[in-house]
Amino acid sequence: MSRPFAVLLPFRPGDGLAGIAGYRADRRVAAGLALAAGLILVHAAAHAATAGAKPAILETLWRWTPFLLGGFVWNIVISALAMAVGTALGFLLGIAQISQVRAVRAPSWFATQLLRNAPWLVLLFYCMYLLPFQLHVFGTRIGIPDWLKAAFGFALPVMAYVSEIVRGAIRSIPAGQWESAEALSFTRSQTIWMIIIPQCLKRMLPAWMNLYAIVTMASVLANVVGVSEGLTAAREMLAAEQRVELLLPVYAYVLLWFFAYCYPIARATVFLERRWAVAH
Amino acid sequence: MVAEWFRQLKESANVNLTIFYDRFDGLTYLNGLATTVKLSAACLVLSVVFGIGGAWLQRSGWAPLRWLVNGYVAFFRNTPPLAQLYFFYFGVGSIMPLIPDGAGGTHRLFDNFQWAVISMSLFAGAFNVEIFRAGIEAVPKATTDAAEALGYSRFKAYIHIVLPLAFRISLPALNNNLVTMVKGTTIAYAIGVPELLTASATIWNASTNIPEMMNVLMITFLALVGILVVVMHRIERALHIPGYNR
Repeated sequence: MSRPFAVLLPFRPGDGLAGIAGYRADRRVAAGLALAAGLILVHAAAHAATAGAKPAILETLWRWTPFLLGGFVWNIVISALAMAVGTALGFLLGIAQISQVRAVRAPSWFATQLLRNAPWLVLLFYCMYLLPFQLHVFGTRIGIPDWLKAAFGFALPVMAYVSEIVRGAIRSIPAGQWESAEALSFTRSQTIWMIIIPQCLKRMLPAWMNLYAIVTMASVLANVVGVSEGLTAAREMLAAEQRVELLLPVYAYVLLWFFAYCYPIARATVFLERRWAVAH
Repeated sequence: MVAEWFRQLKESANVNLTIFYDRFDGLTYLNGLATTVKLSAACLVLSVVFGIGGAWLQRSGWAPLRWLVNGYVAFFRNTPPLAQLYFFYFGVGSIMPLIPDGAGGTHRLFDNFQWAVISMSLFAGAFNVEIFRAGIEAVPKATTDAAEALGYSRFKAYIHIVLPLAFRISLPALNNNLVTMVKGTTIAYAIGVPELLTASATIWNASTNIPEMMNVLMITFLALVGILVVVMHRIERALHIPGYNR
Protein backbone atom coordinates (compact mmCIF):
# COMPACT_ATOMS: atom_id res chain seq x y z
CA MET A 1 0.00 0.00 0.00
CA SER A 2 1.36 3.41 -0.87
CA ARG A 3 1.69 6.01 1.85
CA PRO A 4 -1.18 8.51 2.02
CA PHE A 5 -0.41 12.18 1.63
CA ALA A 6 1.22 13.59 4.74
CA VAL A 7 -1.64 16.11 5.18
CA LEU A 8 -4.12 13.25 5.38
CA LEU A 9 -2.32 11.59 8.28
CA PRO A 10 -4.01 12.14 11.63
CA PHE A 11 -2.21 14.59 13.92
CA ARG A 12 -0.48 12.87 16.80
CA PRO A 13 0.77 15.08 19.59
CA GLY A 14 4.32 14.38 20.58
CA ASP A 15 5.49 13.29 17.13
CA GLY A 16 7.96 16.13 16.95
CA LEU A 17 9.25 15.55 20.44
CA ALA A 18 9.72 11.85 19.83
CA GLY A 19 11.72 12.78 16.75
CA ILE A 20 13.96 15.10 18.70
CA ALA A 21 14.54 12.63 21.49
CA GLY A 22 15.49 10.06 18.90
CA TYR A 23 13.00 7.46 20.02
CA ARG A 24 11.88 6.77 16.48
CA ALA A 25 11.78 3.10 15.63
CA ASP A 26 15.38 2.88 14.67
CA ARG A 27 17.12 -0.17 13.33
CA ARG A 28 20.37 0.81 14.95
CA VAL A 29 19.01 1.10 18.44
CA ALA A 30 17.10 -2.13 17.96
CA ALA A 31 20.19 -3.91 16.73
CA GLY A 32 22.36 -2.45 19.49
CA LEU A 33 19.93 -3.36 22.24
CA ALA A 34 19.36 -6.80 20.76
CA LEU A 35 23.10 -7.40 20.79
CA ALA A 36 23.46 -6.58 24.48
CA ALA A 37 20.19 -8.17 25.59
CA GLY A 38 21.11 -11.25 23.57
CA LEU A 39 24.40 -11.54 25.44
CA ILE A 40 22.66 -11.45 28.81
CA LEU A 41 19.92 -13.87 27.76
CA VAL A 42 22.28 -16.41 26.20
CA HIS A 43 24.40 -16.31 29.29
CA ALA A 44 21.42 -16.53 31.60
CA ALA A 45 20.04 -19.47 29.65
CA ALA A 46 23.38 -21.24 29.72
CA HIS A 47 23.40 -21.06 33.49
CA ALA A 48 19.69 -21.66 34.10
CA ALA A 49 20.27 -25.41 34.14
CA THR A 50 23.22 -25.30 36.53
CA ALA A 51 21.79 -22.66 38.86
CA GLY A 52 19.82 -25.18 40.91
CA ALA A 53 18.53 -23.71 44.14
CA LYS A 54 20.00 -20.24 43.51
CA PRO A 55 17.66 -17.57 42.10
CA ALA A 56 17.78 -17.08 38.34
CA ILE A 57 20.13 -14.46 36.95
CA LEU A 58 17.43 -12.24 35.47
CA GLU A 59 15.55 -12.30 38.77
CA THR A 60 18.71 -11.28 40.65
CA LEU A 61 19.36 -8.43 38.20
CA TRP A 62 15.79 -7.23 38.65
CA ARG A 63 16.06 -7.33 42.42
CA TRP A 64 19.26 -5.23 42.38
CA THR A 65 18.05 -2.74 39.76
CA PRO A 66 16.99 -0.01 42.25
CA PHE A 67 20.40 -0.27 43.92
CA LEU A 68 22.24 0.00 40.59
CA LEU A 69 20.10 2.96 39.52
CA GLY A 70 20.88 4.62 42.85
CA GLY A 71 24.54 4.47 41.86
CA PHE A 72 23.75 5.62 38.34
CA VAL A 73 22.15 8.79 39.77
CA TRP A 74 25.63 9.79 40.96
CA ASN A 75 26.93 9.58 37.40
CA ILE A 76 24.24 12.03 36.38
CA VAL A 77 24.90 14.35 39.36
CA ILE A 78 28.67 14.40 38.79
CA SER A 79 28.40 14.87 35.03
CA ALA A 80 25.73 17.59 35.32
CA LEU A 81 27.80 19.52 37.85
CA ALA A 82 30.97 19.12 35.77
CA MET A 83 29.08 20.38 32.71
CA ALA A 84 27.68 23.39 34.57
CA VAL A 85 31.04 24.47 36.02
CA GLY A 86 33.00 23.54 32.89
CA THR A 87 30.63 25.35 30.56
CA ALA A 88 30.65 28.57 32.58
CA LEU A 89 34.45 28.66 32.85
CA GLY A 90 35.01 27.32 29.34
CA PHE A 91 32.80 30.03 27.87
CA LEU A 92 34.99 32.73 29.39
CA LEU A 93 38.14 30.88 28.33
CA GLY A 94 36.84 30.61 24.77
CA ILE A 95 36.12 34.32 24.57
CA ALA A 96 39.54 35.04 26.09
CA GLN A 97 41.02 32.98 23.23
CA ILE A 98 39.85 35.54 20.67
CA SER A 99 40.91 38.52 22.76
CA GLN A 100 42.85 41.25 20.99
CA VAL A 101 45.23 41.46 23.93
CA ARG A 102 48.07 39.01 23.44
CA ALA A 103 48.65 38.68 27.19
CA VAL A 104 45.09 37.29 27.51
CA ARG A 105 44.97 35.30 24.28
CA ALA A 106 48.21 33.35 24.64
CA PRO A 107 47.69 31.96 28.19
CA SER A 108 44.07 31.01 27.48
CA TRP A 109 45.15 29.21 24.31
CA PHE A 110 47.84 27.41 26.30
CA ALA A 111 45.44 26.44 29.10
CA THR A 112 42.93 25.12 26.56
CA GLN A 113 45.52 23.00 24.74
CA LEU A 114 46.99 21.70 28.00
CA LEU A 115 43.65 20.57 29.42
CA ARG A 116 42.39 19.27 26.10
CA ASN A 117 45.38 17.02 25.47
CA ALA A 118 45.82 15.62 28.98
CA PRO A 119 44.16 12.28 29.78
CA TRP A 120 40.92 12.70 31.75
CA LEU A 121 42.03 10.20 34.35
CA VAL A 122 45.25 12.14 35.00
CA LEU A 123 43.31 15.39 35.50
CA LEU A 124 40.96 13.51 37.83
CA PHE A 125 43.93 12.25 39.86
CA TYR A 126 45.23 15.81 40.06
CA CYS A 127 42.00 17.04 41.58
CA MET A 128 41.54 14.09 43.92
CA TYR A 129 45.03 14.31 45.39
CA LEU A 130 45.84 17.99 45.24
CA LEU A 131 42.55 19.63 46.23
CA PRO A 132 42.14 20.00 50.00
CA PHE A 133 39.56 17.76 51.66
CA GLN A 134 38.27 20.69 53.69
CA LEU A 135 38.21 24.45 53.48
CA HIS A 136 38.60 27.01 56.24
CA VAL A 137 36.16 29.85 55.67
CA PHE A 138 35.88 32.44 58.46
CA GLY A 139 37.05 29.95 61.05
CA THR A 140 34.55 27.23 60.14
CA ARG A 141 35.62 24.03 58.46
CA ILE A 142 33.72 23.02 55.35
CA GLY A 143 34.41 19.49 54.17
CA ILE A 144 34.68 18.87 50.44
CA PRO A 145 33.15 15.49 49.61
CA ASP A 146 34.97 13.23 47.16
CA TRP A 147 32.27 13.39 44.52
CA LEU A 148 32.54 17.18 44.43
CA LYS A 149 36.28 16.94 43.84
CA ALA A 150 35.64 14.40 41.09
CA ALA A 151 33.08 16.73 39.49
CA PHE A 152 35.69 19.47 39.48
CA GLY A 153 38.19 17.03 37.98
CA PHE A 154 35.82 16.43 35.06
CA ALA A 155 35.06 20.15 34.79
CA LEU A 156 38.69 20.82 33.76
CA PRO A 157 38.62 18.95 30.42
CA VAL A 158 35.02 20.11 29.86
CA MET A 159 36.27 23.68 30.23
CA ALA A 160 38.88 23.11 27.50
CA TYR A 161 36.41 21.44 25.14
CA VAL A 162 33.79 24.18 25.66
CA SER A 163 36.51 26.76 25.08
CA GLU A 164 37.27 25.20 21.69
CA ILE A 165 33.56 24.91 20.84
CA VAL A 166 33.05 28.61 21.62
CA ARG A 167 36.12 29.65 19.64
CA GLY A 168 35.06 27.54 16.66
CA ALA A 169 31.51 28.88 16.73
CA ILE A 170 32.68 32.50 16.92
CA ARG A 171 35.03 31.92 13.99
CA SER A 172 32.19 30.42 11.96
CA ILE A 173 30.19 33.67 12.14
CA PRO A 174 30.69 35.59 8.86
CA ALA A 175 32.97 38.63 9.05
CA GLY A 176 30.11 40.75 7.73
CA GLN A 177 28.43 40.52 11.14
CA TRP A 178 31.47 42.04 12.83
CA GLU A 179 31.79 44.74 10.19
CA SER A 180 28.13 45.76 10.29
CA ALA A 181 28.25 45.91 14.08
CA GLU A 182 31.30 48.13 13.86
CA ALA A 183 29.56 50.33 11.27
CA LEU A 184 26.66 50.71 13.71
CA SER A 185 29.25 51.82 16.32
CA PHE A 186 28.86 48.87 18.66
CA THR A 187 31.88 48.48 20.91
CA ARG A 188 33.81 45.21 20.71
CA SER A 189 32.34 43.75 23.88
CA GLN A 190 28.84 44.82 22.81
CA THR A 191 29.39 43.13 19.45
CA ILE A 192 30.52 39.92 21.11
CA TRP A 193 27.75 39.69 23.70
CA MET A 194 24.82 41.17 21.75
CA ILE A 195 25.50 40.09 18.18
CA ILE A 196 28.01 37.25 17.89
CA ILE A 197 27.27 35.07 20.94
CA PRO A 198 23.47 34.89 20.38
CA GLN A 199 24.15 33.56 16.88
CA CYS A 200 26.74 31.12 18.19
CA LEU A 201 24.47 29.44 20.76
CA LYS A 202 22.53 27.51 18.15
CA ARG A 203 25.69 26.33 16.40
CA MET A 204 27.22 25.26 19.69
CA LEU A 205 24.30 23.22 20.98
CA PRO A 206 24.91 19.93 19.09
CA ALA A 207 28.60 19.88 20.01
CA TRP A 208 27.72 20.74 23.60
CA MET A 209 25.18 17.90 23.82
CA ASN A 210 27.75 15.51 22.39
CA LEU A 211 30.16 16.68 25.10
CA TYR A 212 27.53 16.03 27.77
CA ALA A 213 27.19 12.42 26.59
CA ILE A 214 30.99 12.06 26.69
CA VAL A 215 31.14 13.47 30.23
CA THR A 216 28.38 11.12 31.41
CA MET A 217 30.37 8.20 30.04
CA ALA A 218 33.60 9.55 31.53
CA SER A 219 32.01 9.93 34.97
CA VAL A 220 32.51 6.21 35.63
CA LEU A 221 36.23 7.01 35.88
CA ALA A 222 35.38 8.37 39.35
CA ASN A 223 35.08 4.72 40.35
CA VAL A 224 38.83 4.33 39.81
CA VAL A 225 39.64 7.01 42.39
CA GLY A 226 37.18 5.61 44.93
CA VAL A 227 34.09 7.76 44.39
CA SER A 228 30.82 5.81 44.51
CA GLU A 229 28.80 5.75 41.29
CA GLY A 230 27.07 3.30 38.95
CA LEU A 231 30.02 1.01 38.33
CA THR A 232 30.85 0.99 42.05
CA ALA A 233 27.28 -0.10 42.75
CA ALA A 234 27.74 -2.96 40.28
CA ARG A 235 30.94 -4.05 42.03
CA GLU A 236 29.27 -3.86 45.46
CA MET A 237 26.41 -5.95 44.16
CA LEU A 238 28.83 -8.56 42.80
CA ALA A 239 30.72 -8.58 46.09
CA ALA A 240 27.47 -9.15 47.99
CA GLU A 241 26.23 -11.94 45.70
CA GLN A 242 29.56 -13.79 45.39
CA ARG A 243 28.52 -15.60 42.21
CA VAL A 244 30.99 -15.89 39.33
CA GLU A 245 28.25 -16.51 36.75
CA LEU A 246 26.82 -13.04 37.56
CA LEU A 247 29.95 -11.16 36.41
CA LEU A 248 29.11 -11.07 32.70
CA PRO A 249 25.37 -10.27 32.95
CA VAL A 250 25.84 -7.55 35.59
CA TYR A 251 28.44 -5.63 33.59
CA ALA A 252 26.37 -6.05 30.42
CA TYR A 253 23.36 -4.72 32.34
CA VAL A 254 25.31 -1.64 33.47
CA LEU A 255 26.41 -1.03 29.87
CA LEU A 256 22.78 -1.30 28.80
CA TRP A 257 21.71 1.42 31.24
CA PHE A 258 24.39 3.77 30.01
CA PHE A 259 23.38 3.01 26.45
CA ALA A 260 19.74 3.77 27.23
CA TYR A 261 20.78 7.16 28.65
CA CYS A 262 23.44 8.22 26.11
CA TYR A 263 22.01 6.88 22.86
CA PRO A 264 18.98 9.22 22.77
CA ILE A 265 21.34 12.16 23.38
CA ALA A 266 23.51 11.03 20.45
CA ARG A 267 20.44 10.71 18.20
CA ALA A 268 19.17 14.13 19.24
CA THR A 269 22.59 15.60 18.47
CA VAL A 270 22.58 14.15 14.95
CA PHE A 271 19.01 15.36 14.47
CA LEU A 272 19.86 18.94 15.52
CA GLU A 273 23.05 18.94 13.43
CA ARG A 274 21.05 18.00 10.33
CA ARG A 275 18.26 20.42 11.09
CA TRP A 276 20.51 23.37 11.79
CA ALA A 277 23.17 22.54 9.22
CA VAL A 278 24.67 25.81 8.03
CA ALA A 279 24.23 26.10 4.27
CA HIS A 280 27.55 26.77 2.57
CA MET B 1 75.89 13.41 37.14
CA VAL B 2 72.24 13.95 36.25
CA ALA B 3 71.28 11.81 39.22
CA GLU B 4 73.44 13.98 41.47
CA TRP B 5 71.77 17.14 40.19
CA PHE B 6 68.27 15.78 40.93
CA ARG B 7 69.40 14.67 44.39
CA GLN B 8 70.58 18.25 44.98
CA LEU B 9 67.21 19.50 43.73
CA LYS B 10 65.49 17.45 46.39
CA GLU B 11 67.73 18.84 49.11
CA SER B 12 67.61 22.46 48.01
CA ALA B 13 64.16 22.97 46.43
CA ASN B 14 62.28 19.99 47.94
CA VAL B 15 61.34 18.77 44.46
CA ASN B 16 61.65 15.02 44.76
CA LEU B 17 61.98 13.53 41.26
CA THR B 18 62.98 10.00 42.31
CA ILE B 19 62.74 8.63 38.78
CA PHE B 20 65.94 10.47 37.83
CA TYR B 21 68.16 9.23 40.65
CA ASP B 22 66.51 6.12 42.11
CA ARG B 23 67.27 3.16 39.86
CA PHE B 24 64.17 1.21 40.85
CA ASP B 25 61.74 4.11 40.40
CA GLY B 26 63.41 5.03 37.11
CA LEU B 27 63.04 1.50 35.76
CA THR B 28 59.41 1.33 36.94
CA TYR B 29 58.67 4.52 35.03
CA LEU B 30 60.51 3.41 31.88
CA ASN B 31 58.65 0.12 31.98
CA GLY B 32 55.39 2.07 32.28
CA LEU B 33 56.35 4.21 29.31
CA ALA B 34 57.18 1.12 27.24
CA THR B 35 53.86 -0.50 28.21
CA THR B 36 51.87 2.61 27.30
CA VAL B 37 53.62 2.83 23.93
CA LYS B 38 53.02 -0.88 23.26
CA LEU B 39 49.39 -0.58 24.38
CA SER B 40 48.82 2.49 22.20
CA ALA B 41 50.51 0.94 19.16
CA ALA B 42 48.53 -2.30 19.45
CA CYS B 43 45.22 -0.43 19.90
CA LEU B 44 46.09 1.90 17.06
CA VAL B 45 46.63 -0.92 14.57
CA LEU B 46 43.73 -3.07 15.78
CA SER B 47 41.23 -0.18 15.93
CA VAL B 48 42.08 0.86 12.36
CA VAL B 49 41.62 -2.78 11.26
CA PHE B 50 38.23 -2.87 13.05
CA GLY B 51 37.32 0.44 11.44
CA ILE B 52 38.18 -0.66 7.89
CA GLY B 53 36.61 -4.09 8.37
CA GLY B 54 33.45 -2.61 9.87
CA ALA B 55 33.12 -0.03 7.11
CA TRP B 56 33.45 -2.87 4.56
CA LEU B 57 30.83 -5.04 6.28
CA GLN B 58 28.52 -2.02 6.54
CA ARG B 59 28.25 -2.04 2.76
CA SER B 60 27.50 -5.76 2.71
CA GLY B 61 24.48 -6.89 0.72
CA TRP B 62 23.25 -9.04 3.59
CA ALA B 63 21.07 -6.87 5.85
CA PRO B 64 21.56 -8.72 9.20
CA LEU B 65 25.32 -8.23 8.86
CA ARG B 66 24.82 -4.50 8.36
CA TRP B 67 22.54 -4.37 11.40
CA LEU B 68 25.14 -6.17 13.47
CA VAL B 69 27.83 -3.65 12.51
CA ASN B 70 25.42 -0.75 13.10
CA GLY B 71 24.51 -2.22 16.47
CA TYR B 72 28.18 -2.62 17.38
CA VAL B 73 28.94 0.98 16.42
CA ALA B 74 25.93 2.44 18.24
CA PHE B 75 26.51 0.35 21.36
CA PHE B 76 30.24 0.90 21.74
CA ARG B 77 30.06 4.62 21.00
CA ASN B 78 27.38 5.20 23.62
CA THR B 79 28.69 3.25 26.60
CA PRO B 80 31.57 4.19 28.92
CA PRO B 81 34.94 2.72 27.86
CA LEU B 82 35.78 1.86 31.47
CA ALA B 83 32.53 -0.10 31.86
CA GLN B 84 33.39 -1.88 28.61
CA LEU B 85 36.81 -2.73 29.97
CA TYR B 86 35.28 -4.18 33.17
CA PHE B 87 32.73 -6.05 31.07
CA PHE B 88 35.48 -7.68 29.01
CA TYR B 89 38.08 -8.25 31.70
CA PHE B 90 35.84 -9.37 34.58
CA GLY B 91 32.71 -10.42 32.65
CA VAL B 92 33.86 -12.10 29.45
CA GLY B 93 37.17 -13.00 31.09
CA SER B 94 35.32 -15.11 33.66
CA ILE B 95 33.99 -17.49 31.00
CA MET B 96 37.22 -17.80 29.02
CA PRO B 97 38.71 -21.32 28.96
CA LEU B 98 41.53 -22.17 31.39
CA ILE B 99 44.87 -22.90 29.78
CA PRO B 100 47.66 -24.84 31.49
CA ASP B 101 50.76 -22.66 31.78
CA GLY B 102 53.18 -25.57 31.71
CA ALA B 103 54.28 -25.06 35.34
CA GLY B 104 51.42 -27.02 36.88
CA GLY B 105 49.06 -24.03 37.19
CA THR B 106 46.47 -22.64 34.85
CA HIS B 107 45.55 -19.18 33.61
CA ARG B 108 42.68 -17.71 31.63
CA LEU B 109 42.89 -17.10 27.91
CA PHE B 110 43.98 -13.44 27.51
CA ASP B 111 45.67 -11.53 30.34
CA ASN B 112 44.84 -7.98 31.45
CA PHE B 113 47.08 -6.35 28.83
CA GLN B 114 45.41 -8.31 26.04
CA TRP B 115 41.93 -7.52 27.33
CA ALA B 116 42.86 -3.84 27.51
CA VAL B 117 43.96 -3.98 23.87
CA ILE B 118 40.78 -5.80 22.78
CA SER B 119 38.41 -3.58 24.75
CA MET B 120 39.96 -0.24 23.83
CA SER B 121 40.37 -1.24 20.17
CA LEU B 122 36.69 -2.16 20.00
CA PHE B 123 35.79 1.22 21.50
CA ALA B 124 38.05 3.26 19.22
CA GLY B 125 37.19 0.95 16.30
CA ALA B 126 33.49 1.85 16.61
CA PHE B 127 34.41 5.49 16.02
CA ASN B 128 36.76 4.49 13.19
CA VAL B 129 33.95 2.63 11.40
CA GLU B 130 31.97 5.87 11.23
CA ILE B 131 35.06 7.84 10.21
CA PHE B 132 35.93 5.45 7.37
CA ARG B 133 32.29 5.22 6.30
CA ALA B 134 32.20 9.00 5.90
CA GLY B 135 35.46 8.77 3.94
CA ILE B 136 34.12 6.04 1.66
CA GLU B 137 30.92 8.00 1.06
CA ALA B 138 33.04 10.99 0.03
CA VAL B 139 34.70 8.99 -2.78
CA PRO B 140 32.87 10.07 -5.96
CA LYS B 141 30.51 7.53 -7.51
CA ALA B 142 32.17 8.15 -10.89
CA THR B 143 35.43 6.73 -9.50
CA THR B 144 33.85 3.42 -8.47
CA ASP B 145 31.93 3.30 -11.75
CA ALA B 146 35.19 3.75 -13.62
CA ALA B 147 36.78 0.92 -11.60
CA GLU B 148 33.83 -1.32 -12.44
CA ALA B 149 34.12 -0.43 -16.12
CA LEU B 150 37.78 -1.49 -15.99
CA GLY B 151 36.71 -4.90 -14.74
CA TYR B 152 37.56 -4.57 -11.03
CA SER B 153 35.54 -6.83 -8.75
CA ARG B 154 33.79 -5.18 -5.81
CA PHE B 155 36.45 -6.36 -3.36
CA LYS B 156 39.39 -5.40 -5.59
CA ALA B 157 37.88 -1.98 -6.28
CA TYR B 158 37.47 -1.50 -2.52
CA ILE B 159 41.09 -2.42 -1.80
CA HIS B 160 42.79 -0.67 -4.71
CA ILE B 161 40.56 2.31 -5.52
CA VAL B 162 38.06 3.24 -2.80
CA LEU B 163 40.08 2.56 0.34
CA PRO B 164 43.24 4.49 -0.62
CA LEU B 165 41.14 7.56 -1.44
CA ALA B 166 38.80 7.17 1.54
CA PHE B 167 41.77 6.72 3.88
CA ARG B 168 43.20 10.07 2.84
CA ILE B 169 39.86 11.81 3.30
CA SER B 170 39.43 10.18 6.73
CA LEU B 171 42.89 11.03 8.06
CA PRO B 172 42.13 14.30 9.93
CA ALA B 173 39.17 12.73 11.79
CA LEU B 174 41.22 9.57 12.37
CA ASN B 175 44.02 11.61 13.93
CA ASN B 176 41.63 13.13 16.44
CA ASN B 177 40.27 9.73 17.37
CA LEU B 178 43.74 8.22 17.76
CA VAL B 179 44.77 11.08 20.08
CA THR B 180 41.65 10.38 22.18
CA MET B 181 42.59 6.71 22.18
CA VAL B 182 46.16 7.28 23.37
CA LYS B 183 44.83 9.47 26.19
CA GLY B 184 42.28 6.74 26.93
CA THR B 185 44.93 4.05 27.50
CA THR B 186 45.19 5.36 31.09
CA ILE B 187 41.99 3.48 31.97
CA ALA B 188 44.02 0.25 31.78
CA TYR B 189 45.17 1.36 35.25
CA ALA B 190 41.80 0.10 36.53
CA ILE B 191 42.66 -3.52 35.67
CA GLY B 192 46.29 -3.27 36.77
CA VAL B 193 48.11 -3.08 33.45
CA PRO B 194 51.54 -1.63 34.38
CA GLU B 195 51.26 1.40 32.07
CA LEU B 196 52.34 4.97 32.84
CA LEU B 197 49.58 5.86 35.31
CA THR B 198 50.02 2.58 37.21
CA ALA B 199 53.78 3.07 37.27
CA SER B 200 53.37 6.65 38.52
CA ALA B 201 50.94 5.54 41.23
CA THR B 202 53.41 2.85 42.34
CA ILE B 203 56.17 5.46 42.55
CA TRP B 204 54.18 8.13 44.37
CA ASN B 205 52.87 5.60 46.85
CA ALA B 206 56.40 4.45 47.67
CA SER B 207 58.21 7.77 47.53
CA THR B 208 55.33 10.10 48.58
CA ASN B 209 56.06 12.58 45.80
CA ILE B 210 52.54 12.92 44.41
CA PRO B 211 52.68 16.46 42.93
CA GLU B 212 56.05 15.88 41.22
CA MET B 213 55.03 12.54 39.70
CA MET B 214 51.70 13.98 38.52
CA ASN B 215 53.49 16.75 36.67
CA VAL B 216 55.94 14.25 35.16
CA LEU B 217 53.00 12.08 34.10
CA MET B 218 51.19 15.04 32.56
CA ILE B 219 54.27 16.18 30.63
CA THR B 220 54.93 12.63 29.42
CA PHE B 221 51.40 12.33 28.03
CA LEU B 222 51.53 15.76 26.40
CA ALA B 223 54.80 14.68 24.76
CA LEU B 224 53.32 11.36 23.60
CA VAL B 225 50.26 13.09 22.14
CA GLY B 226 52.52 15.71 20.57
CA ILE B 227 54.68 13.03 18.89
CA LEU B 228 51.58 11.25 17.60
CA VAL B 229 50.17 14.49 16.17
CA VAL B 230 53.47 15.31 14.43
CA VAL B 231 53.83 11.78 12.99
CA MET B 232 50.23 11.68 11.77
CA HIS B 233 50.66 15.11 10.22
CA ARG B 234 53.75 13.86 8.38
CA ILE B 235 51.81 10.84 7.12
CA GLU B 236 48.97 13.11 6.04
CA ARG B 237 51.37 15.24 4.03
CA ALA B 238 53.23 12.28 2.56
CA LEU B 239 49.99 10.67 1.37
CA HIS B 240 48.62 13.86 -0.11
CA ILE B 241 47.80 13.49 -3.81
CA PRO B 242 48.55 16.76 -5.61
CA GLY B 243 45.41 18.26 -7.04
CA TYR B 244 43.09 15.76 -5.38
CA ASN B 245 40.89 17.11 -2.67
CA ARG B 246 37.49 15.55 -2.32
